[in-house]
Amino acid sequence: MMNSLLIANRGEIACRIIRTARALGIRTIAVYSDADADALHVTSADDAVHIGASPARESYLLGDRILAAAHETKADAIHPGYGFLSENADFAQSVIDAGMIWVGPKPQSIRAMGLKDAAKKLMSDAGVPVTPGYQGDDQSPERLAKEADAIGYPVLIKAVAGGGGKGMRKVDAASEFADALKSCQREAASSFGNDIVLIEKWIESPRHIEVQIIGDSHGNIVHLFERDCSLQRRHQKVIEEAPAPGMDTKTRAAVCAAAVRAAKAVDYENAGTIEFIADASDGLNAERIWFMEMNTRLQVEHPVTEAITGIDLVEWQLRVASGETLPKRQDELSIKGWAMEARLYAEDASNGFLPSIGRLDTFNISSDARIDTGVGTGSEITPFYDPMIAKVIVNGADRAQALQRLCHTLGNAEVGPLITNASFLYRLAGDPDFASGNVDTGLIARRDAELTARPAPDDTVLQHAASALLKDMPDYGVPGFRLNAPPKQTLDLTDQHGNLYKTSLPHPRDSDTEHATVYWGGERYVLALPRTDGAGGGGASDGTIIAPMPGRIITLDVTAGDVVTKGQKLLTLEAMKMEHVLTAPFDGKVVLLNAEDGGQVNEGMVLVKIGSDD
Amino acid sequence: MSAPVLSSALNVTSDAFRANADHNRALANTLREKCAKNALGGDDRARDRHVSRGKLLPRDRVEKLIDPASPLLELGQLAANGMYGDGAPGAGIITAIGRISGRQCMIIANDPTVKGGAYFPMTVKKHIRAQEIAEANHLPCIYLVDSGGANLPHQAEVFPDRDHFGRLFFNQAQMSAKGIPQIACVMGSCTAGGAYVPAMSDESVIVRNQGTIFLAGPPLVKAATGETISAEDLGGGDLHGRKSGVVDHVADNDDHALTIVRDIVSHLPPAHTPDVNMAEPRAPKYDAKELYGIIPDDVRTPYDVHEVIARIVDGSEFQEFKSLYGTTLVCGFAHIWGKPVAILANNGVLFSESAVKGAHFIELACQRRIPLLFLQNISGFMVGGKYEAEGIAKHGAKLVTAVATANVPKVTVLIGGSFGAGNYGMCGRAYSPRFLFTWPNARISVMGGEQAASVLATVHRDADTWTEEEAEAFKAPIRQKYEDEGNPYYATARLWDDGIIDPAQTRNVLGLALAAALNAPIPDRAQFGVFRM
Repeated sequence: MMNSLLIANRGEIACRIIRTARALGIRTIAVYSDADADALHVTSADDAVHIGASPARESYLLGDRILAAAHETKADAIHPGYGFLSENADFAQSVIDAGMIWVGPKPQSIRAMGLKDAAKKLMSDAGVPVTPGYQGDDQSPERLAKEADAIGYPVLIKAVAGGGGKGMRKVDAASEFADALKSCQREAASSFGNDIVLIEKWIESPRHIEVQIIGDSHGNIVHLFERDCSLQRRHQKVIEEAPAPGMDTKTRAAVCAAAVRAAKAVDYENAGTIEFIADASDGLNAERIWFMEMNTRLQVEHPVTEAITGIDLVEWQLRVASGETLPKRQDELSIKGWAMEARLYAEDASNGFLPSIGRLDTFNISSDARIDTGVGTGSEITPFYDPMIAKVIVNGADRAQALQRLCHTLGNAEVGPLITNASFLYRLAGDPDFASGNVDTGLIARRDAELTARPAPDDTVLQHAASALLKDMPDYGVPGFRLNAPPKQTLDLTDQHGNLYKTSLPHPRDSDTEHATVYWGGERYVLALPRTDGAGGGGASDGTIIAPMPGRIITLDVTAGDVVTKGQKLLTLEAMKMEHVLTAPFDGKVVLLNAEDGGQVNEGMVLVKIGSDD
Repeated sequence: MSAPVLSSALNVTSDAFRANADHNRALANTLREKCAKNALGGDDRARDRHVSRGKLLPRDRVEKLIDPASPLLELGQLAANGMYGDGAPGAGIITAIGRISGRQCMIIANDPTVKGGAYFPMTVKKHIRAQEIAEANHLPCIYLVDSGGANLPHQAEVFPDRDHFGRLFFNQAQMSAKGIPQIACVMGSCTAGGAYVPAMSDESVIVRNQGTIFLAGPPLVKAATGETISAEDLGGGDLHGRKSGVVDHVADNDDHALTIVRDIVSHLPPAHTPDVNMAEPRAPKYDAKELYGIIPDDVRTPYDVHEVIARIVDGSEFQEFKSLYGTTLVCGFAHIWGKPVAILANNGVLFSESAVKGAHFIELACQRRIPLLFLQNISGFMVGGKYEAEGIAKHGAKLVTAVATANVPKVTVLIGGSFGAGNYGMCGRAYSPRFLFTWPNARISVMGGEQAASVLATVHRDADTWTEEEAEAFKAPIRQKYEDEGNPYYATARLWDDGIIDPAQTRNVLGLALAAALNAPIPDRAQFGVFRM
């Protein structure tokens, strides 16, 4: 095993590689540009070397600088991560020539797979099914029609120079081919000044299926099963999962075997991914899954494979690069559970997915999920690199559980103030077709409107905000109080985009400082300091009812010896134009009655005496 | 701080409760309806014209001025009710205590939809009363000015006397001198004497192309000097903001102007921090709406005022003082919305003992610097030979002296009758309570209509010769006059109080009133007058 490793990359993948290397006791060396001087991958590494200015072509794409950094820090090996120089065969060669270990495939494998047409031919020859199609110099209508027949309808005629949906014609039957070709060529000529076309098999419901493989320098190659990356937006993967939904054992075996054949055809070492396109209009079927291309590096979405196989792909990469044999044989590998990954980006889904730059003041994502990131709270997202913030990886015993966790994690993510695609991901994760596994590469485009519209806050959000905003305001009583009218119940709130919302006032706070509520052992205890509570409004009475003022008795409601209850009316005295009702102070018996109906009484006269009733 | 919890003997299923509740709910509904109608201000045409000029209605101005979700305590809501041919709802001016940028302020807003915001006699009285409250409670004053000035047909009742138009500016100068901020926002006309509202303010705002300030408008200028000049050039926002310096801030529109006012208030020095024993507010144990079933449908029917207290004070907790002595005046300490109060509440006629107890209790409250709350329901002091002989007049005088000279904040609520000298002993209007509110069931007069009619009939020189019919014919109109003039709507129209309040809102009103009162420091020691012993 190597002693030191330089990571020729940045961001989350550099951090992720450093994590495994460190666990293996390998010294890690980071490289960084001006913009990344304080980046997480720099502070996580044992050593770090500044390699240039912020733009990638002046730093991370400069192979010489990186090699110099490796020499300077006496690195044994270089891991290229993904992107940047990872699929640059010349750079791989120069690393090897410099006597260091290249953590990746042999340069000739990279080259063989780098030329897409040649790669297809190579695969076809190796018995790997490739997408039927024709791209040739013979542009005669006869030849093109013949090729279309061979591919099998429906087909797609596509201008080589085309783009933006122009210069494309879907043809359902041979009889329509000639007209469609003419019109396509005309459009291509006028739009692009080039009427050369190619013909492809039209795939009704395309799915992106890929197989992870890894090989050692002893000729062993294993596959680590498939991933489904069909949720894409303009060819950018958005949510990936493993395994692929709807993949039966037989189809999986066929596809994975084809992937291993493809890797063997180029004598592949280290980690790589074979990408296939599947026509899923009638489920997944090995007959309708074709090779597209091979990525000769570690993929962004490798964590979902790690999650279902329980292996650390970077560890395996480092081991095989050091000359070790693969830690496991194919028959020792199996799928356990389900995993999904969502790519959290600093981009504004409701504004054409424009990248958003700025500081991450808030960055809270549930720790139940695996978060691969190169940034933390307070980090800057700069305009120089891919604006990915993090990969959110969840797994579960089955797809439903994994999906539920993904929704929960995305739904509770707090990332800002820069604009992120978290809400777009959350809504995508909640898409019913996705939930049922009914995915294809066109799903996001079809749902574009609902997925990208900026969601209005629901009332729960507004209520939270209202409570927080009004928290420290003295309300001197009921919020929104209006005299002789109902309280003003509505509150206006504006959001950062200038939208106005109305919500009701949050409920007034209730506080109780005299009782302490304690939960312990599942029980709720309400405790207070003891006090002896006397009845309010008066002390004990001895049962003597005296006339409070001179007046006339206008009703007499009891007779001597009556049993009375507390509060019972005894008599009414009229004085000063007021009627005074005298009542029994407690339960008892009328032991004395010194009053008669209509009689005049003087103040202080004992009128009634109530005694105990025994 | 702790106190016993009042128990309630109320039977909410009794016939009496239901009958009272029906009666008092009807009174409260009438009150709400009157207030709602009143709140519209001028007629539809006047309001439409106002809004069509891009101006906010005065009530909307107040709503936008105050903090979101904050309470608003309107004062003198039904002023001029039934006066001036019922043509001046609210007397054409809104006065209210509201929270602006976290600070309780007095808001005085003209309603130009009511006769152009002109000052009727009651408008002047309401404006001055609001200033009086602001001065006593150290509340910054915010004037939202939009008025054509004095109502000329009523000039004799609005211009010459002490408490007439000139007093507005006297008060502004006095308050400014005491450090009570005076802020004007000119949102419409501000002509002649009215020009002094912004000019006398500490800081002022004007709305461009809308607010105007001048001593004489274009027609008068034309008549006097022949000069032809537009209102905007004569006294508009740019003139006063750029040239004259009469205003300090020029706003684009009403909303902008109100935001500027809110910003100005946010920079004021902090309000006085009350140094009284505040507690965490707690709701009473009994529902305030039960008050409807407690208040008798006849003001002569007595009831236990403890039932009222139990529905007003925090936690229904009441630390009663001398509960066995002078029981017709209930005295005790409590909290309302966390603020301490010393309550005096009538529970029958005032005797010598009750009066002396009340005077003692007021001394205690002043000694301890606790605001006083009077719950007034009083037919008077006891009469008769025995009582005169024991000196009820001098004992009553002790209570009146204590009430008059107490220097803690006083708040009075007329919860029933307010007759004769009882009104004085229980801090009627003449005793300058910081606030005085009335329940819709209340009656106020020097004596009951029946007694007055009887007294006047008795002293009439022909009384001896009257038949029963003749006596009745003499008495009936007197009774009716007392009934009309003793009606709370008659009283509130004339600003004998600060408003009629729904009994169920009493605790909230008192919470706001006490909060306002505590903006002014409470003096350390009271200097009482001579108590006749």
